[in-house]
Order: sequence, then structure tokens, then C-alpha cells
Amino acid sequence: MTDTQKPVTDITTDYDIFAPDFINNPYPRYTEIRESKCPIAHTERYEGSWLPTRYDDVVAIAQEYETFTSRQILVMPPANGRSEGPYAAVGAPPITSDPPDHHWHRRLILPVFAPQAVAQYEPGTRDLCNALIDEFIDKGVADAASDYAQHIPVRVISKMLGVPLTMEDEFTDWVRGALENITDSERRMKSFRSIVEYFIGEVQSRAANPREDDFITQLMNTEVEGKKVPIEYVLGVCNLMLVAGIDTTWSAIGSCMWHMAQHPEHRKQLREHPDLWPTAVEELLRVYAPVTMARIVDHDIEFQGCPMKAGDRVLMAFPAANRDPRQFENPDEVILDRQNNRHVAFGSGIHRCAGSNLARLELRVALQTWLERIPEFELIDPSSVTWAGGQVHGPRKCMVKF
Amino acid sequence: MKVLLDYDSCHGHQMCAIAAPEVFGSDEIGNAKVLITGEIPAALHIKVRRAESNCPERAITIIE
Ligand code: HEM
Ligand code: SF4
Repeated sequence: MTDTQKPVTDITTDYDIFAPDFINNPYPRYTEIRESKCPIAHTERYEGSWLPTRYDDVVAIAQEYETFTSRQILVMPPANGRSEGPYAAVGAPPITSDPPDHHWHRRLILPVFAPQAVAQYEPGTRDLCNALIDEFIDKGVADAASDYAQHIPVRVISKMLGVPLTMEDEFTDWVRGALENITDSERRMKSFRSIVEYFIGEVQSRAANPREDDFITQLMNTEVEGKKVPIEYVLGVCNLMLVAGIDTTWSAIGSCMWHMAQHPEHRKQLREHPDLWPTAVEELLRVYAPVTMARIVDHDIEFQGCPMKAGDRVLMAFPAANRDPRQFENPDEVILDRQNNRHVAFGSGIHRCAGSNLARLELRVALQTWLERIPEFELIDPSSVTWAGGQVHGPRKCMVKF
Repeated sequence: MKVLLDYDSCHGHQMCAIAAPEVFGSDEIGNAKVLITGEIPAALHIKVRRAESNCPERAITIIE
């Protein structure tokens, strides 16, 4: 039997984040662990990992980057063959970098993602949301996940990178291969190779025919201490833009659509109080935080009574932290005007999401545009909604009628 | 009331700017920039308290 087929005996010593019930609805599982005697659970599955579920523990681990390193950040061991071959040195900086390199890996891309810099993408994002809605608005039914949410971030990122929108289907497939089907090692490796090979082509074409000003060109021309950045860095950042910027954001948009379809009172509240949008977006990100990352323990350490060994994997369950009642009142409830919301959907500490301002913009514009054009809608059959989970949680099929 | 920002702890969540845009903005890398370095007008006190209580890095201190 493979790890995914064995039934779970005790959730605090044998959790399985890829079990169907965990994928579809992880929150009751997190609660069970968080309120047990072992709020940091452990499993032997998938070569072993720890799962902290309390807000304070998750944040403390995220802050301690010297003990909890980002050598690997996927919730599974690396795909077979990942550390060999010509692309072994291509990571996903800055997410896979540790200090001291992490500092410049992150610093170089931050200006592109500052709020004032991402604002230029708002009109384009609105146009693309409207174009997607035009496709199905007359039909009275749509898949809010695969006809709408799924297409938004991939198109925004393509535009940002300066690559043709015709790559959408390939990008989507590669990103899913890298993040969603991660128990399939072969597919992961193939997706990774496809991404790197595609961007090698883009870099070569720019080297032969320089372009005016797109993100890849800017990256290629960046210098650190008087030297052009290495090609592995350029390829790594392109890889990161796909894997960090697409699946994550579309999952968040999808979960919010699923929520709105079931909550006419929240649609009404936002219609009547549009000034609530900024806090509403943060609250939805708190409740439906899509991303779980991992850390690798650097040296043996006892953390909150848990004997962690060098090389152990720790899962950073930001979605679990965001529903800890020690930190948030009525954590499972969506309160669009919540006043105290130190949520960590985007992580915490030095690796905190660099793309958060872009993600927020996409989420807000996607929801606003839909609610303006389709103010009333509902799920066709709640039980037919399907979910992705593990590393990134969000709906993959979500039929609605209007 | 005055605000103090610990820039080394700030990692650019921008929750402060969402809560109190009159007092917190963004610098060129998206970290917080304090827009009112002197006394904060009373009308903004509630918003500033919200900014403080929404910062995930606890990088904001209020001095009263
Ligand atoms: C709702 C959507 C998103 C969520 C929930 C999200 C979540 C996260 C989280 C939790 C981390 C922390 C990783 C860690 O601690 O190891 C992270 C890092 C990162 N994200 Fe996002 N992300 C989103 C969208 C985006 C977008 C749109 C981009 C850019 C196009 C992006 C770029 C990055 C980068 C560059 C990092 C690495 C920062 C570093 O290591 O210094 N993310 N994201
Ligand atoms: S909320 Fe805190 S960490 Fe985020 S930008 Fe403001 S001060 Fe910095």
C-alpha cells in the first residue's frame, strides 16, 4: 500500500494531508490537532513531517529562519532526479533561498511588487475578468473555478513577464504538475523541466534580439556587485513567478467565489458598503488561506517539547494558524469588517509573500467584477465541488447558476 | 499619540496601510513608510490602533 492508501489511525501521530477528507476540508482536522495534547502533530508518511497548528508556533517557526531553513519548501520530499542534471542549480529564489543570498534574491524583485507598482495592472485585470464573464454570462451557468478563477492570475503573470498569452494552457498544466499532483514525482520533474526549458528559450531570444522593457529583460540586465546576475537566478525567478503566483492566487479567488455563492448576506454587505473591500479581502484571505509551505530543520532541537532532528520537515500550516481561536475570535466565521486581523495567509518573517499586493489586487478585482455583473448566483450542487489540497488548497470545479 | 516603526521587523504586509492609509504608506520596496512622523491627529487614533493590531510582524509601536 502507498502512503495515501493507508487509513489514518491517530491524527496527531499519523496525519495524511493528502487523504481525501483532508484535501476537501482540512479545517476540522486542524482543529482536532490544535485542541489535542499534541498541537504539533507528527506523521511518518511521505518520509515524515511535523505539523504545527497553533498561530504562535507557526509564526515562531517562520521567524526562526536559522533553525528552520528553506532548503526545501514543498510539503513532500523532492522529486526523484531533482538534484541532478543541468538544471539542478535552478531553484525558485527567493522562496528557496536562505540568508545571506536570500536578501539580494528578494530585494531585487520587491520594487516590481510594491503597491504603487502593481496598481498599473488593475485596468488590465478588470478587462480580462470582464472578457471571461462575457464568455458565459448568457448561459446562466459557469464553473467559477475553471471558467473564471483559473484564467486570471496566469494571464496577469504572462503579461508581467512579457510572454505570449497563448502559453496559458501549458503554464497551467506545469504549475499543477509542480504543486498539485505532487505525490506524482515523475510529473513534478517533467513540469519543472518544461518550465526551465521554456524560459531558457525566452532568455536566449532576448539575448539575440534585445527587447525594450519586460520583466525577464530587466532580470537579465540586473547587476549585483558589478556583475550580471547568474542565469540560474533569472530562470529561478521565472520559475517562481509561475509556481508562486498562479496556483496560489487562483485558489484564493476560487475559494472566495465558492464562499460568495453561499453567502448572499456578504454579497449584499459589500454592495451596500464598498468601503469594506480592503478589510473584506484580508478576512477572506485569513479564512481561505490557500498556501502551506515547509521548512527543513537545520540542527537537532526541542521545539515546544517536540524532538526535532536535523533534516526533519516542518509543515507551515498558515491556514491552521489563521483559524486559531487563541488569536482570532470566532475563527471559523467570516466577518468582513473584522478589526483585529494579524493573519498569516502570506506567511511571516523574511520569506513573507513578495507578491501579496498583486495577489490582493487580483482577488479584489476578480470578486468586484463578478459581483457587479452577476450580483446573484448560487452553487448548483455543493457536493459536486472538487478541491485541490496539500500545498495549495482551493476549488477546481465549482459550478454555479445565475 | 506618535507611531514608531521597527523597519527591520517590517516585511511589507501592508496591513498598516490598509487600516490607516493617512499614516502609513509604502516605500519603493513595499515596506511601510510612516507618513505622519509627528503627533497623530485625534481623528486618526482609532485607525492607528487598528494598524498596530493588524501588523503580523508587530513592527508598529504606539507611544502615548
Ligand atoms: C493569494 C495568493 C498568494 C498567497 C496566499 C501566497 C502565499 C505565500 C506564502 C505563504 C509565502 C511564504 C513562503 C514561505 O514562508 O516559505 C509566499 C512567498 C512568496 N510569494 Fe506568494 N502568495 C500568493 C500570491 C503570490 C503572487 C501573485 C506572487 C507573485 C507573482 C507571489 C510571489 C511570492 C514570492 C516571490 C515569495 C517568496 C518571498 C521570499 O521568499 O522572500 N505570491 N507566498
Ligand atoms: S503591517 Fe507591519 S510588517 Fe506590514 S508593512 Fe505595515 S508595519 Fe510593515
